[in-house]
Amino acid sequence: MKGKEKALNERLASKKALSLLKNADLLEVGLMADNVRKALHPEGRVTFVVDRNINYTNICVNKCTFCAFWRDEDAPDAYLLDSDTLFRKIEETMDLGGTQILLQGGLHPGLGIDYYCSLLRSIKERFPINIHGFSPPEICYIADSTDLTVRETLRILLDAGLDSIPGGGAEILSDRVREVLSPRKILSSRWLGVMEAAHLLGMRTTATMMFGSIEKPEDIIVHLDSLRKLQDRTGGFTAFIPWSFQPGNTELIRKSKVRSRKPESKKPGTQNSGLKTGGSPATAVEYLKVLALSRLYLDNFDNIQASWVTQGLKLAQVALRFGANDFGSTMIEENVVAAAGVSYRVSREDIVDSIGAAGFTPAQRDTYYNLITEY
Amino acid sequence: MQQSIPGRIADKVLSGTRLTRSDALRLFETDDIFSLGKLAAHSAEKKNGKRAYFIRNRHINPTNICINRCRFCAFSRSKGQEGSFELTTEEILRKLKVRLSKDRPTELHIVGGLHPDWPFEHYLEMIASVSRDHPGLHIKAFTAVEIDYMSRISGLGLSETLSRLKKSGLGSMPGGGAEIFAPEIRNRLCPEKISGARWLKVMETAHAVGIRTNATMLYGHIEDYRHRVDHFVKLRGLQDRTGGFQAFIPLAYHPKNTAIRGKYTSGIDDLRMIAVSRLVLDNFDHIKAYWIMLGEKVSQLALKFGADDIDGTIIEEKITHSAGALTGEGMTAEQLAYMIRKAGKIPVERDSFYKRVRR
Repeated sequence: MKGKEKALNERLASKKALSLLKNADLLEVGLMADNVRKALHPEGRVTFVVDRNINYTNICVNKCTFCAFWRDEDAPDAYLLDSDTLFRKIEETMDLGGTQILLQGGLHPGLGIDYYCSLLRSIKERFPINIHGFSPPEICYIADSTDLTVRETLRILLDAGLDSIPGGGAEILSDRVREVLSPRKILSSRWLGVMEAAHLLGMRTTATMMFGSIEKPEDIIVHLDSLRKLQDRTGGFTAFIPWSFQPGNTELIRKSKVRSRKPESKKPGTQNSGLKTGGSPATAVEYLKVLALSRLYLDNFDNIQASWVTQGLKLAQVALRFGANDFGSTMIEENVVAAAGVSYRVSREDIVDSIGAAGFTPAQRDTYYNLITEY
Repeated sequence: MQQSIPGRIADKVLSGTRLTRSDALRLFETDDIFSLGKLAAHSAEKKNGKRAYFIRNRHINPTNICINRCRFCAFSRSKGQEGSFELTTEEILRKLKVRLSKDRPTELHIVGGLHPDWPFEHYLEMIASVSRDHPGLHIKAFTAVEIDYMSRISGLGLSETLSRLKKSGLGSMPGGGAEIFAPEIRNRLCPEKISGARWLKVMETAHAVGIRTNATMLYGHIEDYRHRVDHFVKLRGLQDRTGGFQAFIPLAYHPKNTAIRGKYTSGIDDLRMIAVSRLVLDNFDHIKAYWIMLGEKVSQLALKFGADDIDGTIIEEKITHSAGALTGEGMTAEQLAYMIRKAGKIPVERDSFYKRVRR
């Protein structure tokens, strides 16, 4: 009892976290986070997973303003992957030593749960690979269009072969922000509800946060606090992955550019919401600060990932000293971030070299953070 | 690499006492990048307050034809080789018309290969013509290596060579060509290039005739920390005598398309390099985190690790991009100022002598 009390006392309170985020020096927070990382992962190992990001469709009814990937159904470059292409992609992944596919797509209005089930089954029949698939917005969309509860939907998908769920679509778990950023996307409570239901069914998931758009420091703390509370109840999150908004080629930016040139075209809605439309991405200093703060706040998360896909290898290396202990995935294919004009082409060798050059032992892991090979 | 920074080194920094070679080595070897960064940031703030500088500048490379064949270079070509180019003075002036049209740059940076046929008069004419066409534009041109070459092809001494260039309109000199002074590394990297001692001699002469210069070090290839420290100590010694160096710019080695290949430097090594430079080069006013080489993200972080300058808008960069630069070729003044502000510093647009530009 005393031990538990002590642990609770030592927990970073949200007020203190907010003050660190707003006022503390970057190197101060970095040192604190580095010490926590060292205590949790004293072996000095940095892991990564070999997987392929397969986006089965870019057709999406959500049309989030920060996203450059979605298309309307009748757009000339709209697509739905055929199974031959899908199987070829998975086969290539396995040939490269991959253990996981990240299977995500838009919210396609023409697909029902049967489609997803046969998709999952067809993969599992052919390949012994972990399917990390369908972020909460997709799960909810499938549930809603089939008139099932989230739990029922997850159960059916689990039985069909879904192994674990990626933490995408969390963006910022503050409905004030979500109303501007992704008005058609599920609200915070629903995102958290999907994760909780998945955890209760024994599925592991990750959690993400996309910051640097229009949120305030308070929203970041709310986000982290929601995750910490849920993790206290379920313990189902394997890792937290913060990344920063990539503004190239998105509606959020096109709108703000139009607005800055023609002030008369300001939309009253956005003007009155009290939120400014983001036009400048989070810089390296902000990324590292948020990353370090996550390491400090999410004391019940084992792993924090550096996002080299959005930050580049050099900053990801630095991130390993600001709280991160995992390099995420080798991303054999990345469509979504590339669509926003950010594209770092990186091989597994580059990742292994980068981790080594940053002073850590690189190791390949599986979805559940079991070690596969140390380099 | 587990050592923390000994208290006596921290005390020296805080009291402004000069660091020794072994202190410098210790700083390179420390695992405590946080204390290292804080000490370096402290020194930077003592010198420049909260200010961090940028400049509106342009680069022009008159030729990539070079008689040297440095093993780390992906830019140079032989005469007649595919991809080689040489610009006439008219072509340079024409290019400048386009390049100078936007955002009123204050400085032009000119460096190029050692062309086998151009006479010294060609360089004088190039500088004089640019200077005549753009009287307000500061011309920062020619590395010590090019100056030495001009002195050899003209048969004039260094001092006379430099004086004539100055008379034609040369305003200051960049710091390139320093690479690594230590002969055992330099002979493997760039055997045809002038020695470290000669590089320092050119700079000393430039300072004596009233030309201010920068200094650089190319790191992250085949050198070790001792060679970096040796390089620092030589620069610091010359700066004690002349005071002619403005900024020190550590240049991160880029491995693509070069003869020695190798790896990119790590972001952590880049920051450590900035910090140790700031702490050891106590008589240099400015440490520059050159964003073209470090990437804009690490350059911004460098402002937390002792740098006070992130270079400029540039718009078109060729040399690092030949070796696989991961950056764009240009940035706007607004982007640079934004990066600086987000690092908690006050952005100051500077001229070539670190005076504030008022617009």
